[in-house]
Amino acid sequence: MRHLLSAADLDSATAQLILDTAAELATVTDRSVKKLPTLRGRTVVNLFFEDSTRTRISFEMAAKRLSADVINFAAKGSSVSKGESLKDTALTLEAMGADAVVIRHSASGAPHRLANAGWIGGTVVNAGDGTHEHPTQALLDAYTIRRHLRGGKGDLDGLRVTIVGDVLHSRVARSNVLLLSILGADVTLVGPPTLLPTGIDSWPCKVSYDIDEVIPGTDALMMLRVQLERMQAAYFPSAREYSRAYGLDRERMVKLPDHAIVMHPGPMNRGMEISAEVADSDRAVMVEQVANGVSVRMAVLYLLLGGSGEAIATAEKSGGRAA
Amino acid sequence: MNQSFILRGVRPYGDDPVDIVVADGVIRQITAAGAAFADGAEVQEANGLIALPGLVDLHTHLREPGREDAETVETGSQAAALGGYTAVFAMANTFPVADTAGVVEQVWRLGQESGLVDVHPVGAVTVGLGGTQLAELGAMAGSAAQVRVFSDDGKCVSDAVLMRRALEYVKAFDGVIAQHAQEPRLTENAQMNESPLSGVLGLTGWPAVAEESIIARDVLLAHHVGSRLHVCHVSTAGSVDIVRWAKARGINVTAEVTPHHLLLTEELVRSYDPVYKVNPPLRSADDVAALWEGLADGTIDIVATDHAPHALEDKDCEWGAASFGMLGLQTALSVVVETMVRTGRLDWRGVAERMSAAPARIGQAHDHGQPLEVGSVANIVLVDADARWVVEADLLASKSHNTPYAGMELPARVEHVLKRGRFTVRNGMVDR
Repeated sequence: MRHLLSAADLDSATAQLILDTAAELATVTDRSVKKLPTLRGRTVVNLFFEDSTRTRISFEMAAKRLSADVINFAAKGSSVSKGESLKDTALTLEAMGADAVVIRHSASGAPHRLANAGWIGGTVVNAGDGTHEHPTQALLDAYTIRRHLRGGKGDLDGLRVTIVGDVLHSRVARSNVLLLSILGADVTLVGPPTLLPTGIDSWPCKVSYDIDEVIPGTDALMMLRVQLERMQAAYFPSAREYSRAYGLDRERMVKLPDHAIVMHPGPMNRGMEISAEVADSDRAVMVEQVANGVSVRMAVLYLLLGGSGEAIATAEKSGGRAA
Repeated sequence: MNQSFILRGVRPYGDDPVDIVVADGVIRQITAAGAAFADGAEVQEANGLIALPGLVDLHTHLREPGREDAETVETGSQAAALGGYTAVFAMANTFPVADTAGVVEQVWRLGQESGLVDVHPVGAVTVGLGGTQLAELGAMAGSAAQVRVFSDDGKCVSDAVLMRRALEYVKAFDGVIAQHAQEPRLTENAQMNESPLSGVLGLTGWPAVAEESIIARDVLLAHHVGSRLHVCHVSTAGSVDIVRWAKARGINVTAEVTPHHLLLTEELVRSYDPVYKVNPPLRSADDVAALWEGLADGTIDIVATDHAPHALEDKDCEWGAASFGMLGLQTALSVVVETMVRTGRLDWRGVAERMSAAPARIGQAHDHGQPLEVGSVANIVLVDADARWVVEADLLASKSHNTPYAGMELPARVEHVLKRGRFTVRNGMVDR
């Protein structure tokens, strides 16, 4: 595996290898010196065409804990409007000797272009592209679910994961449906029909318009961020109606099984898709998701950049498909 | 320069070999193969080549004036000639827009200067393609360019009243409105066919209904005002159904399909390579099959290229930033042979009708599309139907390289083209 562009690039064994590696690397965080020499001398570029402080910091910390040199390249605005093109930016990074490019872009497929257009030779990691995918978010979600509900080992066979909200515009939902189903979980998507994409019946998941019907049979409940501007485009009539029909408040939360966890990729709209009371409750694992994000991204960079020749070989033997 | 030629051993419409004698721009004589003799005539051995009337493209983007970095009338004319065309209709979305007599006359004159094909400018329906105010259609019709086809192609005349008025107004000079059927609100920021694949790829969908609803409205409008409607680049099975229904009702509508919609499907978008980004978008395999059927049974009247050159930087980027469109002039006939002739859906007479006679009729290019018979204007293309060739983007005559067929092997090669009795292409090369 040379790039991580889509969760669909992973099979169950490779995904578990990443999660196992992340668990191992997480122990570094408990040390007083939180640093491994693994990627010393390698350069990781965070190429962010969209503002995302959280994801960028997470990747930055992951790379630094592996002793890589990190460059943050914030390309303000996209090449669609003005400024340097993606290609010229890529050529610049290539000339500077970037070993890996972590890219966040508003255009779906931009990481695919970066990896396949022949502009650069290094590794490409998709840190979120348009409304397409966000594979490391799915990995950290899987890691979090596995830690809570599977003792941090193995796959997610039979676990019931429900994802609620704006699936149409969500790269988090796409990557999670792919990855969680690859790991054996039963995924259900919930949202108003306007926010569920065409052809969703062909996805490896179930679909419901009724959150209350699904909640009692849910082990992990993931609430997606709903942007208010969707209301202007008539995807739903009002924030209050959305919140009533699909928001997670205390009344709904108590109908979850006792062991169930509540997740959110952040940033949250408190009072919209999730009430403040739920967000601050013991069920909510959002802070932990953030911490796990660093470990998972360490594992991804470690495996992709050959931190261990053997880890890569294992990944490929077990069927890790080149992107 | 020699004014008379004997085309020795050609097969008109794939029929038995004959000799065609061309002199002073017209077909003078058709004899048994090897029998023709005309004093002073130059013999072009063309044994077994298929002869068709010179092709006519009702939908070409030549980019001049304004985007001469992507294409010029001259380079586009070369591509057209090499593709077997003797006439093309140049769309109005140039900079400035071809919405005045001045601009259409400029394009007309550039075509005359090049001389490889007859360039018929298409006039814009609305000022600046803005969709709010009618352009001076009468002035363009009365200009030296004698515009008869009007289109805001690239944009849809979405305002129903404006469309009605345009359809009515052009009746005065027997014009036709060529509609780019795309409901704008249903396609805001649309990137590819709306389908299960668009959901997976996270690209904003372009639903079939956005095309079909406009076509349905327009055939009803055309019927209501008793005018003539042409539908550009039909791309969905539903559109074929609507046009078929309209024709059955006697509505005066014609329709075109592009070569790429006959051969390529949305599956190619999986690569996120913008060379496959086109308007209307590549559709599903079911849509492609419906287009084959519609073209075969005459529901779709013509094949038109929608040849859309784009500068490298407008395609060598991420999908969302890329321009819509692909080259088509030099590969159109080969794609039609691949999808329609080799499969038995269309014979050579059918190809001549769909790619020459019918587009010439719709666009009123009266010198073109005439049958291969004595007395007709000698616009002739000679095709080696058995040849196969591999498309190389850099070797195409167009200034741009955005062909979706690069590396693909296609059947049928254009060997010679005569426009008004003179060679414009000889042995696969531009000849002047």
